Formats: sequence, C-alpha cells, structure tokens
Amino acid sequence: MRALFFRDLALALRAGGGFGLGLAFFLIVVVLVPFSVGPQSALLTEIAPGVLWLGALLACLLSLDRLLAVDWEDGALDLLATSPLPLEGIVAVKAAAHWVTTGLPLVLAAPVLGVLLNLAPSGYGVLVLSLALGTPALSMIGAFGAALTVGIKRGGLLLSLLVLPLYVPTLIFGAEAARRAAQGLDPATPLFLLAGITLAVLAAMPFAAGAVLRVNLR
Amino acid sequence: MELKVTDLAVGRGGVPVLAGVSFSLTTGQALVLRGPNGSGKTTLLRTVAGLQVPMAGQVHRAEDRIAYAAHADGLKAALTVAENLRFWASVFGQSDIAPALAAFDLEDLVERRAGQLSAGQKRRLGLARLMVTGRDVWVLDEPTVSLDTASVALFADAVRGHLAHGGSALMATHIDLGIEAETLDVSGFRAAAAQMASADEAFL
Amino acid sequence: MSLWEYANPVKFLRLSERVQPWLWAGAAICLGVGLVWGFFFTPDDFRQGSTVKIIYLHVPSALMAINAWFMMLVASLIWIVRRHHVSALAAKAAAPVGIVMTLIALFTGAIWGQPMWGTWWAWDPRLTSFLILFLFYLGYVALWEAIEDPDTAADLTAILCLVGTVFAVLSRYAVLFWNQGLHQGASLSLDKEENVADVFYFPLLVCIGGFVLLFLALVLYRTGTEIRLRRTRALMARETRSATLRAEEA
Repeated sequence: MRALFFRDLALALRAGGGFGLGLAFFLIVVVLVPFSVGPQSALLTEIAPGVLWLGALLACLLSLDRLLAVDWEDGALDLLATSPLPLEGIVAVKAAAHWVTTGLPLVLAAPVLGVLLNLAPSGYGVLVLSLALGTPALSMIGAFGAALTVGIKRGGLLLSLLVLPLYVPTLIFGAEAARRAAQGLDPATPLFLLAGITLAVLAAMPFAAGAVLRVNLR
Repeated sequence: MELKVTDLAVGRGGVPVLAGVSFSLTTGQALVLRGPNGSGKTTLLRTVAGLQVPMAGQVHRAEDRIAYAAHADGLKAALTVAENLRFWASVFGQSDIAPALAAFDLEDLVERRAGQLSAGQKRRLGLARLMVTGRDVWVLDEPTVSLDTASVALFADAVRGHLAHGGSALMATHIDLGIEAETLDVSGFRAAAAQMASADEAFL
Repeated sequence: MSLWEYANPVKFLRLSERVQPWLWAGAAICLGVGLVWGFFFTPDDFRQGSTVKIIYLHVPSALMAINAWFMMLVASLIWIVRRHHVSALAAKAAAPVGIVMTLIALFTGAIWGQPMWGTWWAWDPRLTSFLILFLFYLGYVALWEAIEDPDTAADLTAILCLVGTVFAVLSRYAVLFWNQGLHQGASLSLDKEENVADVFYFPLLVCIGGFVLLFLALVLYRTGTEIRLRRTRALMARETRSATLRAEEA
C-alpha cells in the first residue's frame, strides 16, 4: 500500500504527471472572477469564500478522470487486482495520493488567492481549515466517480456529471464555514458537519468504490 | 500444492465461450493452452487469475498464488526499470529484484526510463515482474509477443527455473518454447459452451 | 406461488400486460375526475385566488418524483441481492419517468411561485432539493446510457443509486441548513392541523391516486420495452453463436 502511494506521488511529480495543473487552474478561475463580476472590493469580499471554495472544487475535479484511467489503460489495474492488495485499499490509497498532489496544494494556495479577492481578514484561518477538512472528501468521492467511469472512453464529462451532485453537501458546509468566519460569525457548526461528512466518506466510500471497480474489471 | 480447475465455464458479456474445462496443474508442471484467435484463451486465463467470475464450475487453491501477465504490462513510462520492478516487488511483499533483472538481461537498463525502452525490452521488463511477485503459479497470456529469439530463450530459461523451484505455469502461446509442457486445446470446449444457456436466455 | 416467480421476465411480461389496461384506465379516470373536480368545482383560495389550483399537478408530481427514486432504490437493492434482471430493468425504466415528474414539479412550482412570491425561482430549500434530485436523475440515466454491457450497467447504476440516495438525503439537510426558505409546509401530513382545507383535500387525493396509477402504467410499459430489447439481444447472440458453430463445423 505504501509502495502504491509513493509510486503515485512520484508519477504525479515527474514530467507529464500533471502536478500543478490543478493549482494553475485554481489561480486562473480566481483571476477570472473579478473580470466577470467587476472590481468592486466590497463585492469581492462578500463572494470571496464561496468563489475560493468553488474554484478549489473545480480544480479538484480536473484531474479525477486520470486517477484510475491511466492504470486501467496500461493494464496496471488488472495486475494490482491480482496482487495481495484489496481493491478497496487500492482506491483509498490512490485517493490519498490524489489529495496530496491536488487537494493539499489548493489548501495551501487558498489564502494567497484570498488576497486577490480581498477576503476579510477574519476569514483566512477558517478558509484554510475548512478546505483542509473538506478536500479529502472531494478526492475520495471523486475516486468513486473515477471507478464508476473507468471503463468508459471519454468518460471525463460523465464523471463530472456524476460527481458534482455528490459534492453538494461538502461544498455547502465548507463554503458556509468560510463565509461565516469572514463575516465574523461562529463557524463551529458547519465545520463540525463538514468534518463529519468527510469522516463518513473516508470510512464508507472506499467500499463503494472497490465494489464498483470489481464490477468494471470483470 | 495442486491448482485444480473443475468443470469451469467462462464467458464474455454473459455469453459462454468455453464450458466443461477441467485440468490440474501440479508443482513443476507447465500447461500450454492452444486454440485459434478468439477461442476464449484470454477469458479462461482471466477467470483462473480471479479477474472474472466463472459462469459455472470452480478454480481450487488459486487464492494468493497467481502471478498474472497479459498483453498490457502495467509499466509506468516515467519510472525507471528498477523503480517499476521495485514497486511490484513491494506490492507483493518482496524486496530482491536482482535475480529478475539478471534473468531477463535488464541489468544495463536499470536506470533507463521505461518509456525509453523498445517494445521487446518493455516486454522483458513486464515478464521480469513475474519473478518479483514470489507467487508460484504463473498465468501468462501470449508472453512472447514482440520478443526476439534471444529474448524468447531468456524467457524459456526463466520459466524452466521457475518450474524447477516448485512453481507451475499456465500459458497461452503459439510458439514452442522448448519446455516440457502438456498442451490443452481449448477448441474442444467451445461446443460444450454452445450448449450452455447464456445469461440472457431467461428473456426468451 | 411466491412473488419472486414474476422475476422471470416472461411471466412478468405476461402479468404486466394483463394489468396494464386497468392501470391506464384507472389513471385516466382518476386524473379526469380529480383534475376537473379540482379545477372547476372547488372554490378559489381567499389569499391565493385561482392560482392555488396548480396544486393538483404540483403536489402529485413532486410526490412521484421522490417516490420514483425510492422505487429505483428498492429495485436496485433487489438486483444487488437477488440478481433478478427484471428488477434492474424496472429501475432503468423508472428513471426517465422520475425525471419528467421532477420537471413537472419544478415548472408548476415556478408558475405557482411567480404570482405568490413574485419570482419564478428562489433558492429555497425545497426547490433546491428538487433541483439536486434532478441532477442525480440525470447522472443515473447518463451512466445507464454510457455502458454497453447491460449487467455491468445494472451493477454500476445500482451502486450509484445507493450512494446517490445517501447523498441526496444529506444534501436535503445541508440545503435546509444553508437557507431556511419561503416554501409553505407540507400540503399533506398526518396531523390534520397543517393540512389544506377539506374542499381541496379530496380532489387532491384523487389526483395523487391518478399520478400513482399513471406512474405504475408508464414504468410497466417501459420495463416491457426493456425486456423486449434484451430478448432481441439474446436472440441475436444465439443467432451469431450458431452461425459461428456452423462455420466451424463446415
């Protein structure tokens, strides 16, 4: 399992692995927002938490269709399936590697991009915290979607259609926590709910994704 | 320990391809599957390897013993030869990759990226993976594709060594490896499959 | 004689063909009576005027939008546990009907909301939940369409239906938390105080009955189509197999 994790990290970091693309996408989305809504700083302050959350969510979605498809196409998934590793563990580890290479950089970059959107000073800490709590769920739910669409050619669009509705609760609680903090309100309740969803997803989703992968491999 | 297949029926998309397949594979034994293209050799091998569920019958004593190799080698172009092998070794709980590198004459290529290898070299690396699994039953689907004569000889030596160390091999191949092996012609099982109801038959 | 006998596609088809005319007739009668009664023989609401009468389409379709998903969930579970093809096909057949019900609920809601709240759309929890339900339906249907092998598609969509149900319920509460909303309370409930007045209540019940019958008739009809499609597929597979065998013998 550890070997798989570090292999996925190495593959993402080497040339052609696509590391940093998600981050660049996040940056571009955030830069485009003022162009579309206007440069008024009060307006930007108000929408900043939501825009940052939505940007992070879309950036996370961007790399999902390669999460399992690469291993599927070159046959590695077949070979992994005949190895001692359980499929549930394989999906969970790959989701974890996806989070480290995609989710974690987004979490770290969010406060910098918050400056661009004139985020209220009280919002920074909770924004980072809510993204740190929420993005692991995005990666794991995304891995489930990737497992569903792994056998489908050009399944990327379908993957988005399947995964985005599943992102709704995470987005609502995450963005709500960041918004409340930015407005000087107490963000504890949405943060707890967000953490609860993430924990439940991490606990249960590998089994659904493993079952789906088993069906697709047969 | 003997791997035993009894009355196995395998299929693609709910349609039976082969039925009534029975054979056993003992220590030190190699069994070669023969049959024309599309006769169901790959489906049979995938079922024995546990990637597909049999439509009927059973595969006995196959759990955690099979190393499977097919057309796709699962190599990562961005990783070096050594990294690719070391990854598979640790997935299977092994650590020593030197014998596998030596057996397939890959020692001069260890630091080369897998993406820069020729087709034959890639294939050799894919087969070297079998040796780092520590599994005793090799299930091989057309292992000699894109290998030259010298590489085929290397592969035959590796299989011979595997058999001598108490392993066994089940493979689908068209060329004669010069290994003492029994053959099983799968064409005979197609007629039996034609008699079997497909999964959709309930709709008729 | 157990219920599971009708898991056999042929028996199911025979029974469903016998039942369907009754369902269609029942649906036509109930909807005819209920809608005419509701539209023309009930008084106008003293606050909402005649706009209230859209309730006879809005409430039944909204109910069926949720019930259709629930039926798909049950059918998916039966497929996962007992592997009856008819069950998977019934779930597949119900999804587009559910989509249409959701759309009817959303559109009639918009038409009703415009004079009442002064807006076609508000991000009210109920409206938002239905929009999310609509997205889940779309994903489910798209996944069925994308996969060629019918059994693989049945397995994957069944698991998606289970996971989707959990997330749909979760979204419902997340949306409630997110915005408290302006939608009125449930039109029907067991504690009488919340209910709409009796004059509206009985025609509404008849309309709901009509929608249930219509839904059942549509799902049975569509399931029959799906079963026949699979039968065609089986026949064609049998044909190609015997053709290849003949070629091999020759």
